[in-house]
Amino acid sequence: MEAMVKIKINNTPLRVAQGTTILDAAKELNIKIPTLCYHPDLCIAGSCRICVVEEKRARTLLASCCTPVAEGMEILTNTKKVRTARKHIIAMMLSEHAENCVHCFKNMNCELQSLSREYSVETQNLINICKPEELDISSPSIKKDFAKCIRCQRCVRTCADLQHVTALTAAHKGSEMKIATFLEKPLAEVVCTNCGQCVNRCPTGALTEQSYVEAVWNAINSPDKHVVVQTAPAVRVAIGEELGYDPGNRLTGKMVTALKRIGFNTVFDTDFTADLTIMEEGTELLTRLKKALKDKEPAPLPQYTSCSPGWIKYIEHEFPDQLEKVSTCKSPQQMFGALAKTYYAQKAEVDPKDIVVVSIMPCTAKKFEAGRPEMWSSGFRDVDYVLTTRELALMIEQTGIDFRNLEPSHFDSLMGMSTGAGVIFGATGGVMEAAIRTVYEIVTGREIPFKNLEVAPVRGMEGVKEASLKLEGCLPEWDFLEGVELRVAVAHGLVNARKVAKQVEAGNSPYHFIEIMACPGGCLGGGGQPIPTNCDIRLARAKAIYEEDESMELRKSHENPEVTMIYKDFLKEPLGHKSHKLLHTTYTKRKKY
Amino acid sequence: MTKTDIINEHTKKVNLIFEDCNCWDIIDKVLSMPPDAVLSDINASGLKGRGGAGFPTGLKWKSAKEQPSNERFVICNADEGEPGTFKDRQILHERAHKVFTGMTLCAHTIGNVSKGYLYLRAEYNDLLERLQKDLDEFNEGLKARNFPFTINIISGSGAYVCGEETALLDSMEGKRGEPRNKPPFPTVSGFKGKPTVINNVETLVYCTMIMLIGPEEFLKLGTKDSRGAKVFCISGDADVKGIYELELGMKVDEFVELFGDGDTKAVQVGGSSGHCVPRKKFSETFLGFEGVPTGGSMMLFNSSRSMYHVLHNYLEFFQEESCGLCTPCRIGCQQLLRGIEAVKRGEKPSTYLDELIAMARTMRIASKCGLGQSVPNPFISIVENFREEIIY
Amino acid sequence: MPQIEELVRNIVSKTGADRENLLPILQEVTRHERYLSEEALTQIAKAMDISCAEVYGVASFYTFLDTVPRGQNIIRICKTISCYMAGKDKIVRAIEKKLRIKLGETTPDNRFTFLATNCIGWCHKGPAMLINDKVYTELTAEKAVAALEEYL
Repeated sequence: MEAMVKIKINNTPLRVAQGTTILDAAKELNIKIPTLCYHPDLCIAGSCRICVVEEKRARTLLASCCTPVAEGMEILTNTKKVRTARKHIIAMMLSEHAENCVHCFKNMNCELQSLSREYSVETQNLINICKPEELDISSPSIKKDFAKCIRCQRCVRTCADLQHVTALTAAHKGSEMKIATFLEKPLAEVVCTNCGQCVNRCPTGALTEQSYVEAVWNAINSPDKHVVVQTAPAVRVAIGEELGYDPGNRLTGKMVTALKRIGFNTVFDTDFTADLTIMEEGTELLTRLKKALKDKEPAPLPQYTSCSPGWIKYIEHEFPDQLEKVSTCKSPQQMFGALAKTYYAQKAEVDPKDIVVVSIMPCTAKKFEAGRPEMWSSGFRDVDYVLTTRELALMIEQTGIDFRNLEPSHFDSLMGMSTGAGVIFGATGGVMEAAIRTVYEIVTGREIPFKNLEVAPVRGMEGVKEASLKLEGCLPEWDFLEGVELRVAVAHGLVNARKVAKQVEAGNSPYHFIEIMACPGGCLGGGGQPIPTNCDIRLARAKAIYEEDESMELRKSHENPEVTMIYKDFLKEPLGHKSHKLLHTTYTKRKKY
Repeated sequence: MTKTDIINEHTKKVNLIFEDCNCWDIIDKVLSMPPDAVLSDINASGLKGRGGAGFPTGLKWKSAKEQPSNERFVICNADEGEPGTFKDRQILHERAHKVFTGMTLCAHTIGNVSKGYLYLRAEYNDLLERLQKDLDEFNEGLKARNFPFTINIISGSGAYVCGEETALLDSMEGKRGEPRNKPPFPTVSGFKGKPTVINNVETLVYCTMIMLIGPEEFLKLGTKDSRGAKVFCISGDADVKGIYELELGMKVDEFVELFGDGDTKAVQVGGSSGHCVPRKKFSETFLGFEGVPTGGSMMLFNSSRSMYHVLHNYLEFFQEESCGLCTPCRIGCQQLLRGIEAVKRGEKPSTYLDELIAMARTMRIASKCGLGQSVPNPFISIVENFREEIIY
Repeated sequence: MPQIEELVRNIVSKTGADRENLLPILQEVTRHERYLSEEALTQIAKAMDISCAEVYGVASFYTFLDTVPRGQNIIRICKTISCYMAGKDKIVRAIEKKLRIKLGETTPDNRFTFLATNCIGWCHKGPAMLINDKVYTELTAEKAVAALEEYL
């Protein structure tokens, strides 16, 4: 039994568990206390001080995010003293902050801006002490603008605690304190994975995505360009949050209509190449298993998934010796790009040099991925521009679309059809579940023996999930798998990825196949998703993704008729010659130190 | 009688810190006492921490002792960085044994302590070699007595804020010296998360002396709220500068009489983070916890000094030495400094000083640690008492 | 530069690679090298299995841990109130003149770096300065220059 303490907040008596912070206790009474350095995903910093409250016996105000309640506390959250302090703190932050809100990407979506409105900080008497602009645009994914930084260190804690990358740190002290990389190098030159989790948690415009909205408009407005767009699975369940919907709304049809209205020539679905990924990656896994179990030769197992470009950059830096274990499959985005400029170009009779491939991704690392030198297998840059979910919302706004009243429509055919298996790529465990649905059926000729095709152990928000599945009644071709217990693991968030990779490094990983997503929750919690993203919101988006899966007629990648068609007409067979050229890639060993 | 004679008269009254004594006798005596008895002596002495904050030493030890743990730590805070304070250096130079002894007494009292640390600021690295030699001998002595406790020296690397005890802990753990959120206090969760007592150099020596002379003798010195004596560091425009141990309970005017140059217009009590007492308040200001508390620094200014320059120098110091973590302190220090500059140059009206005072009051109650909370002390006391010097 | 790698390895083998040893390691490398080069910081991070940024974050926090090249001898003159009142500016000028560099700079022969620092605890005997770890107090222009001679 947890010890309880009795306190009063704004004269209302309350009993809460010992150890509860004042902030959480106030939440129980629906009293909102403003916060900035606090983020529910992160450890407590207690440094911005905006959440200060008065306690009758205390000499100073108390920061409510980091002060646990104590018996008899009488807390007041809205006294003159508290309001004055908060106003001063906001004014101080503004004095250190570039005052060019209207030119900021985060204009109207900035926590500092909202707070200054809430506290009516109308005049600014303090002297401007904002440091001269120090803009880092070296990364194709992330823009770092120190003049807008309020030193809350959410980014630092994200990079260290959630991702175990620690590309960012607080450096120097006093008035010189700043958020920096190693020796203040450009982001592109350090171990940053471009995952964008810092961007998603930055309360201001100090960290934002590199935006390609204008470039995309230019392409759309060029008469000689044929602009093809693809949308990732996690976008459709999150775009609504940017457009006034509650988290967890599935808006696939409306989104497709909006994309057509914006002016894209063709609207395709990355889910299609997600299904294709399963065909390739599943076959790759079976090939490796065959090598290991039948031919008794060394095979790179466990096989890691390769869909998450944040994870790819992470393993390239952190565990370069394990790169051979990573599936050689390109991510669905890049498979799509390569096919759009070959297969689609042929079918649609468009010169690939005129095709511009745009992808809408929940991700910032995809922007980096699209620029990797390997990603020119169509003879052109396979994916030209990558926009985040947030950037798409901006384009929808700019187009003047009444999103709520749009009629839903369907993706264009050829590369627009998907199955439920492709959809669940957007959630942690989704790639694994999709792969199991297909691999099991290839091997045994039967559907997976789970109710409703759900592979429950790989769903949910546990950091590392594992599952095993006994293969029985295998078809003759796969008889070497008879009785084999297929062991898989799923990790999301790089701090969890690290745990699994360390196990592999130590040589005691029990798994055959490991799915890793760089971002907490998988793509639905990606760095390019609407802000805020937190645990509750991730759960709502995940629910929507699984609902979308259930609502679909086809739920196994190998049943996707467009996938069948592309193999028949173009690729011939998984891991075949053309696949190898267009759908597979190589990795680069990078330095951690 | 010359001034020096008078001062000597005064200092003769009390000589606890720098008096030589046989520490091993004290240690042998204390180690034979039950820890609770030692604690009760320290408690009975009314000793409060001599680093500046003035927390009752006995309570601190008791709190660490009561926190269940199989490992506790004792740390001597020798990160004396407060401008105007230089006593700990002298104590470590002359009487390091008494400091080590104090740490040993604490270790015995709170129990389960096998390691003690002395965190020495980098600016005192010249003391290192000799201290280490003394310490090696001392550790040998403990070993010979089968008391399982050794002391190590940890060097700082130049950061004033590490004098704040939780920043000191983070620094010892190899991190940036940034203050932690409190609670938990170090006596509950300190070095490596274990209950930890952190005492100032001078405090530990008084502990040693209390165990030698008994709490009753100590209680005879000082006043009700400020028991015992205190080492004062006198600098600035003083006839006599240096380090003097004096009984607590003096008023500033008596002090100025003793040490001043006859033209003292203000005394900064407690270093740059302390309060500035102007001449008109000398006679009513008491040096001690019931008046103006002091970590020992007494800086005197005569009429030739511009209090603007004094304040400016303090604020430059704080702007650099703030850890930079919390908003009120990081930005507040910069705003106060830029603010007085702007008023001086006529870029801001003199009434801007009142806005700065209001902001300083927010720093006092909203900053994360003692550093930011005390920057307003010099700022408000100097601006209020020497407003004209700031403006013109 | 393999010699830095070796230096770091030697130091870490003595102190251990636990996180709490980071400051002693940084201090020891600084003692040998006068400052923490990119290579040194990188090797330390590697030896301790922490990120380079983290090591940089810690090193840059502390005044006595430099991450830019420093001369063989580092002069740190106290700029805080008592030394300021006692006339440290005059001493600064004398040293600048003697070394023909400005405060904050390093002599071309790399023999001296001249820095200002916050209170070094000699308020009653200002102006005061440190040359490396050695203290010089109650400075006059002549005494300061004479102190430099010891290192020439």
